[in-house]
Amino acid sequence: MFRAIALHTGEERPKLEIFIEGRPIEAYAGDTLAATLLSAGVVPFRFTPVSGQPRAPLCLMGVCCDCLVEVDGAQNVQACMVLVRAGMQVRLQNGARRASGEFD
Amino acid sequence: MNASSRLQTLVLGGGVVGMSIAYGLARAGDRVLLLDEGDDAFRAARGNFGLVWVQGKGLENLDYARWSMAAASAWPAFARDLQSLTEIDVGLSQIGGLIMCFDDAELAARAGRLHSLKRALQVPYPYEVFRAAEVRQISPWIGPDVVGAVFSPLDGHVNPLRLLRALVKAFRSHGGEMAAGVRADAIEHRAGVFHVRANGTEYIADRVVLAAGLGNRELAPMVGLNAPVRPNRGQILVSERVQPFLKHPTMYVRQTDEGVVQIGDSQEDVGFDDGTSIEKLTGIAKRAVRCFPVLADVNVVRSWGALRVMTADGFPIYQASRDCPGAFVVTCHSGITLAPMHAGPLAAWIRGDAEPPHIHSFKSERFDV
Repeated sequence: MFRAIALHTGEERPKLEIFIEGRPIEAYAGDTLAATLLSAGVVPFRFTPVSGQPRAPLCLMGVCCDCLVEVDGAQNVQACMVLVRAGMQVRLQNGARRASGEFD
Repeated sequence: MNASSRLQTLVLGGGVVGMSIAYGLARAGDRVLLLDEGDDAFRAARGNFGLVWVQGKGLENLDYARWSMAAASAWPAFARDLQSLTEIDVGLSQIGGLIMCFDDAELAARAGRLHSLKRALQVPYPYEVFRAAEVRQISPWIGPDVVGAVFSPLDGHVNPLRLLRALVKAFRSHGGEMAAGVRADAIEHRAGVFHVRANGTEYIADRVVLAAGLGNRELAPMVGLNAPVRPNRGQILVSERVQPFLKHPTMYVRQTDEGVVQIGDSQEDVGFDDGTSIEKLTGIAKRAVRCFPVLADVNVVRSWGALRVMTADGFPIYQASRDCPGAFVVTCHSGITLAPMHAGPLAAWIRGDAEPPHIHSFKSERFDV
């Protein structure tokens, strides 16, 4: 659905690996997590707490809060506001966050 | 100036207090028009914490304890009626509320107050004094700093925004009419009739009920009444939705039926300023995390300030005007808790029934010197 645009400079960006629900995904250093998830075809990102509606990024600039995911154990992180890091563990959320990481 | 046709009752103020009374009057068959100042008014009804609270109230005036207890017991039927009339669930839960204490002296003081109330009231006044281990049994997420809590099964909470919406809808379904964005500027009583000037229109009514919150201070003297109320600011933090972890509301922290955590209970005397301050918000956030350490990594999504409508002693004023028969003033701090009383016995009194015995002492003369 989404495709990265080649940079005019032709600059090669280093690749790295992150994990979505334990599945390895190739990512480009300097990309946001939201962009990486979209290029990997992850849609929707989450289901809302009250009505269970599917959600994916809308604004991609830190405002809409529709791109919330769990990143390395931290819940409700705005995927558009963090850059990918090698080895990042991403989980998709269904409904409201847990009160703590120990809730599972 | 336009003049409206003569009305039976005009209610000034569309917050929870005014809407409750207007709903009660319309339900009883009155023709009611309610004037609401609008969304730029100071609205305690839009900023409050949503507790239906009894414990600890009224030691200095037992009538207030009795009035609050009667309100709490009337709440389930009140919420049911609103739901069947409007299909709005106001989210009432009355499974008991807690006040967390961080040291033994505070716990003893709160327990002593409840003990005195129970002895003075001479009616069943259920409460418990819990040590931390007992608190943990009903509220497992408390932190190590909590030494104990007082608990009252009479306490609960509602969703105050849905309550306001339900009251508006219920009022209208009984034929009540409402004009929004209308600020009452002046009231005159001529030949037994009230003339209210508001936004260039004159409204004429046989009866006028002042329920304008802090605005009552200026309106009341126009009809021979007195409402010495002052703003008291409270600040609130609201979190993202969290899976249910907190069943029992507490004085400082509660979780709504939609998962939002509300954090509150600051008190400030800052006049008509309903803003927020980092200092107070930090204070209530720290106290909330002491109560429930799991909140430390929960994101806050909103904060606001709102102005409580306070008398010097914290008790309501319910008064009929002697000089201008047909004018009433109603003001209180606990518009949520007392909503069923305002829609029920208070509205009946305004329509001519005998004054409810619990409210005899809530007259403004007590502030005269």
